[in-house]
Amino acid sequence: MFKSVRGRVVTIIVMAGISVFYLVNNSIKLGLDLQGGMHLVLEVDDPQGQMSTEEKSDMIDRAERILRTRIDEFGVEEPLIQKIGSERIIVELPGIDDQDRAKELIQQTAFLQFKLVVPAAGLESSLSRIDRQIVLAVGADSLRQMGNATNFDAPQNELESLIFGGQVPDSVGTEELDPVVDEEEEQSLNLRPFTALLASGDTEGTYLVSLEDVETASYFLGLPEVQLALPRDQSLHWEQEIVGIGARNYRRLYTTEREAFLTGEMLENALAQRDPQFNQAQVSFELSRAGGRQFSRFTSQHIGDFIAIVLDDEVVSAPSVRDRIGASGVIDMAGAQLEEAADLALVLRAGALPARLRIIEERTVGPSLGQDSIDGGMRAGIIGMIAVILVMLIYYRMAGVLAVFGLTFYSLLVLGGLAAFNATLTLPGIAGMILSVGMAVDANVLIFERIREELALGRAARTAVDEGFANALSAIVDANVTTLITSLILFQFGTGPVKGFAVTLSIGIVASFISALYVTRTLFLIHLSRRNSTDPISI
Amino acid sequence: MRLFDKANYAFIQKSKTAATFSIAIILLGIVFMISNVLSIGSWQNYGVDFSGGSLIQVRFEDNVSAAEMRSALGGAEAPPITRFGEENEFVIRSGLDGEEVDVVRQQIERQLDAAFQQSSFSIVRTETVGPKIGAELQSKAGLAILFSFILTLCYIAFRFQLRFGLAAIIATVHDIMITLGFLAIFKIEIALPTVAAILTIVGYSLNDTIVVFDRVRENLNSRAGRRQEPIVLINQSINETLPRTILTSGTTLVVLLALLLVGGVVIRDFTTVLIIGVIVGTYSSIFIASPALLKIQRYFDGRAESAVKKKRASAVSASASV
Repeated sequence: MFKSVRGRVVTIIVMAGISVFYLVNNSIKLGLDLQGGMHLVLEVDDPQGQMSTEEKSDMIDRAERILRTRIDEFGVEEPLIQKIGSERIIVELPGIDDQDRAKELIQQTAFLQFKLVVPAAGLESSLSRIDRQIVLAVGADSLRQMGNATNFDAPQNELESLIFGGQVPDSVGTEELDPVVDEEEEQSLNLRPFTALLASGDTEGTYLVSLEDVETASYFLGLPEVQLALPRDQSLHWEQEIVGIGARNYRRLYTTEREAFLTGEMLENALAQRDPQFNQAQVSFELSRAGGRQFSRFTSQHIGDFIAIVLDDEVVSAPSVRDRIGASGVIDMAGAQLEEAADLALVLRAGALPARLRIIEERTVGPSLGQDSIDGGMRAGIIGMIAVILVMLIYYRMAGVLAVFGLTFYSLLVLGGLAAFNATLTLPGIAGMILSVGMAVDANVLIFERIREELALGRAARTAVDEGFANALSAIVDANVTTLITSLILFQFGTGPVKGFAVTLSIGIVASFISALYVTRTLFLIHLSRRNSTDPISI
Repeated sequence: MRLFDKANYAFIQKSKTAATFSIAIILLGIVFMISNVLSIGSWQNYGVDFSGGSLIQVRFEDNVSAAEMRSALGGAEAPPITRFGEENEFVIRSGLDGEEVDVVRQQIERQLDAAFQQSSFSIVRTETVGPKIGAELQSKAGLAILFSFILTLCYIAFRFQLRFGLAAIIATVHDIMITLGFLAIFKIEIALPTVAAILTIVGYSLNDTIVVFDRVRENLNSRAGRRQEPIVLINQSINETLPRTILTSGTTLVVLLALLLVGGVVIRDFTTVLIIGVIVGTYSSIFIASPALLKIQRYFDGRAESAVKKKRASAVSASASV
């Protein structure tokens, strides 16, 4: 490119100008490891492995859109939400300090359903079947081992009478027993693992389960056999809130219709607010026109009944219908902070995720640690740079001065390149940059050593320089190409910090190539043109 | 100033000593890997990136002893706790044991909350990786190194000859094995950046080797080169590139040392691996790659000769295997 020195100088100035332009306009993004933040990798939760790859890929696509909306509304600057492969999403949130809140916002499926609460009595007839299925599925021995096996033998009468004055659920089911079972088996079939955990509820359509039994009861309810044993038109939902009765804590288990009469899809808007009367956090929502019609038709038929507002399978609140409700309503959030209500409103507005997402990788870096890394990297870079400059000046004298100019240009080019490619600077990236300073010197060294050799052969300065550059070329090209190959593979292999390293290393290799072969060459030409071609050069 | 000007060392003649030295170091590394299997359960000190698990880095305002930390996290059952740098920082590592990714971290946070005043410490870094990701990463890292070999072999075969490529790969494999040995000996944690460092070493070592080979190629193609003994020619090439080899390795080591000394604790392991790699890569480009080239050269020549003189084969093939 350009034979004349003037043409070369113009080209160099243009390249420098472009670098500065990009540096000023794009600035260099800092990676999470430098500015602090959170990095998550999520995938569709599919414990049974029932979903096909296409299904998952489709779900991930939809999830990506919804997450983007949620995170945008949450107000994170420059988040990264990216689908990786067909089954995963990477979410990067710079500068997040409340990681649990951010995770809740991302992971929450936010599938909202409105279901009619039905009397708990509807379940009674199925309880014996449920108990039996649990005994069959889990095995009597394992059940006894699950700790409070004695409790499984009978309902917790004592406790119930304490609270409800001896009102015990209708005794249920041994009448369906096969008469030929032997005694031991009969005994095991008399176990009532599930019923034993239930106490009558304090409101309509609920049971109470004491807090320490909730896990066991959830496990039972999660068994596929038990799901089949439930009445076909009913489902069971835990209430989110914990209720304290007397000295003990319970959670309510609601019996509702299986089908929701309305879902979050009909939601048009949701806002967090405080209940003016009790100062309680709540979310008010507005339904679409069709949703509003559906809602008002349904509520007008069920005045006096209870409606369970179910979010991700758990009941948030279960108000009774006092009047026909139109296109707007309120979800009470007992005991919640306004912040939680705001987050719920946000996820409801953004829409439900198509499936539960599981976190398979999570990294957070605090801003203070990131700043430490930046400081350390800067210090090391400056010290390293000065050392290299000294070595070059001492070893190559005048030619070393030219090389230092070349290195300065090289640094500018690397930074400009990072900005131009919108690359993210990470801690290993800084190391890559410092490392490539060491390697950028290599091209200069190769050239200068060649020039020295030519001079030793008795060539004139001008010829020696030309020959030196020409002879060093093949080594520089081949060495740089192989390094470039490995750094491109590194780019393919890595994510986050490692990718940042590969990018800076690649840009560094290209920049060192340009600065040594073009810039230093030009500087040499300028240097030589100002003197007699027979004068010895300082190298 | 000139270093190693007109150097004329008999590098190739010392290749047997060098090979013995390398093999000894590699064997030492293997011994340590085996002892690691016995003591920590894996060849290398795999970090959470590879083994899966949780890492939490805590920074305290005031002095906290490791014993206090240990008792806060359950005494004898506490997960491994290591001091991080010289400040009041600790790194806690914990396996997942089949738990969900964030459960482990939250539990450790709760334990810390219970034992220390909330304002006295802050959690500056957490890393939690599921087992699936760790396993994927291991195979991906291996594949990345393998691919870099294949691609560079192709490139060198295209630009030089296949035998140059083979010799370069032998030297690079040597570098990786020695570096892995060092990692095992000093139980340096293998995390994502460590793998990046190893791949960089691959690049650096190839770079160094290629500069020497470029000179071999050039000397081979020069008029005098064809008639010269290969051993003399290769020795000459190494000596001619020696000033460059020393200077470039020197400047690279200088910047890496700066990074090691003032670059902060987070990047220390990464830099250590790079420094080991640069030293080993420089050594191997002189003492491993070039002798390997010579060996391969002789093997190829021997085969070519024996193909021509197939009928009188026995005597020649004996000399070819020298």
